[in-house]
Amino acid sequence: MSNVRVLVGTRKGAFILNSDGKRKDWTVSGPFFAGWEIYHMKGSPVDPNRIYVSQTSGWFGQLIQRSDDGGKSWHQPGLPNEAIPAPGPPKALPNRFVYDASPETGKPLTTHQWYDGTQHPWEFKRVWHVEPSLNDADTVYAGVEDAALFRSTDGGENWQELSGLRGHGTGPQWQPGAGGMGLHTIILDPTDPKRIYIAISAAGAFRTNDGGATWKPINKGLRSQYIPDPTAEIGHCVHHVAMHRSRPDVLFMQKHWDVMRTDDAGENWREVSGNLPTDFGFAIDVHAHEPETIYVVPIKSDSEHFPLGGKLRVYRSRTGGNEWEPLAKGLPEKDCYVNVLRDAMAVDTLDDCGIYFGTTGGQVYASADAGDSWAPIVRDLPAVLSVEVQTLN
Amino acid sequence: MTDAAKTNAATVRVALPYHLRNLAHVEGDVLLEVNAPVTLRAVLDALESRHPMLRGTIREYETGQRRAFLRFFVCEEDWSLESPDKPLPDAVAAGKEPLLILGAIAGG
Repeated sequence: MSNVRVLVGTRKGAFILNSDGKRKDWTVSGPFFAGWEIYHMKGSPVDPNRIYVSQTSGWFGQLIQRSDDGGKSWHQPGLPNEAIPAPGPPKALPNRFVYDASPETGKPLTTHQWYDGTQHPWEFKRVWHVEPSLNDADTVYAGVEDAALFRSTDGGENWQELSGLRGHGTGPQWQPGAGGMGLHTIILDPTDPKRIYIAISAAGAFRTNDGGATWKPINKGLRSQYIPDPTAEIGHCVHHVAMHRSRPDVLFMQKHWDVMRTDDAGENWREVSGNLPTDFGFAIDVHAHEPETIYVVPIKSDSEHFPLGGKLRVYRSRTGGNEWEPLAKGLPEKDCYVNVLRDAMAVDTLDDCGIYFGTTGGQVYASADAGDSWAPIVRDLPAVLSVEVQTLN
Repeated sequence: MTDAAKTNAATVRVALPYHLRNLAHVEGDVLLEVNAPVTLRAVLDALESRHPMLRGTIREYETGQRRAFLRFFVCEEDWSLESPDKPLPDAVAAGKEPLLILGAIAGG
């Protein structure tokens, strides 16, 4: 029987939640890296015991941690775990994220737009998202703030920027959102290892067809009233993007406002907010077996980051958007004023698809019936930043 | 370290904040052999060499600058803004007083 492992990143550490395929009884492990912000953790689809973690702190900076045994033990890739290592310089620099300014690549350290409209040099702050390769357990991508894409091909021991993205001609027009200028979404095309989608707040979505050397903004059809040109090529505050692995040309997007859809790999987007009570939100995901079934968590507004009326609701569309139904069974009916952040929703791949999401109030909810009913796995964790799920056979 | 070098080396004590002690898998102060002159730079170089998992957590990777929310104290004086190449007081070089690395009190 399959098991499920839920990886939860929080403001104060990481937690691992385990259950069997019934997803009724859960064990909770953690906190790992107690006291540190865990922006994201995700397991390799090639080797599920390989888990990458972004551990960050305003005091001590960025750390990358890795487990090779399903979360039982952790280490910084390439660095010894004992107190006194062997002499000599370490060959691994797993926490070094330096923008590629080498003359060989022709991408000097560029500037982006600062809050006051002036130009500001890129400054690395943290890793928002880690995305393990679909084909190689040692290859992993990292989306960082200030927005750039890095890749490691040695299990996270060393990182190189794919500087074609930051060096894109529109880079000087990118600007940070309220939460910083982070590259938060990385989607790898399972049918074409050279095609990658990414999204940046607040620059928009981009696609590469050549493994990261060159990038194209894919924001046509997005409309953002809060920027000078609402239909500009870049500048949109994309919150998250999701894809079903069977249809890599179809993407669903939760923008700052608006739920969007593309059927041509981002060339054209159209709004599918339909009858949602509010189309502001952060999280979006797709059912594991029904590529037209999608989930969002509507949030009242960009000024009030909590559910409408204090009622926590997931909304599901079985028609790829436009027609939405509220899913409330087991979720708070009143007095709920949490948020669900962009990376805090995930699905498992069991026959009865499980849906999971975490809240800034520290709850992690699970549904073992595709959203029809919900129950909390835990209620009192620190604010949840990310949720990922591994289905283990 | 050669015997000749050892004659010029001092044992310096470094007191790390809680999270960095955990990262380095140490309890209590770290004891480091540091060649004279004993400066902030020399002590931190020795610390990062002994405990490479601390690289980047106290000083920025590329610039070597102190991270903004960390401070250095020695002999009840704030050395955070001192030159990293200024010799530390004799009491630190002699291991009688520690180099204190502190995180700013902030956050929730």
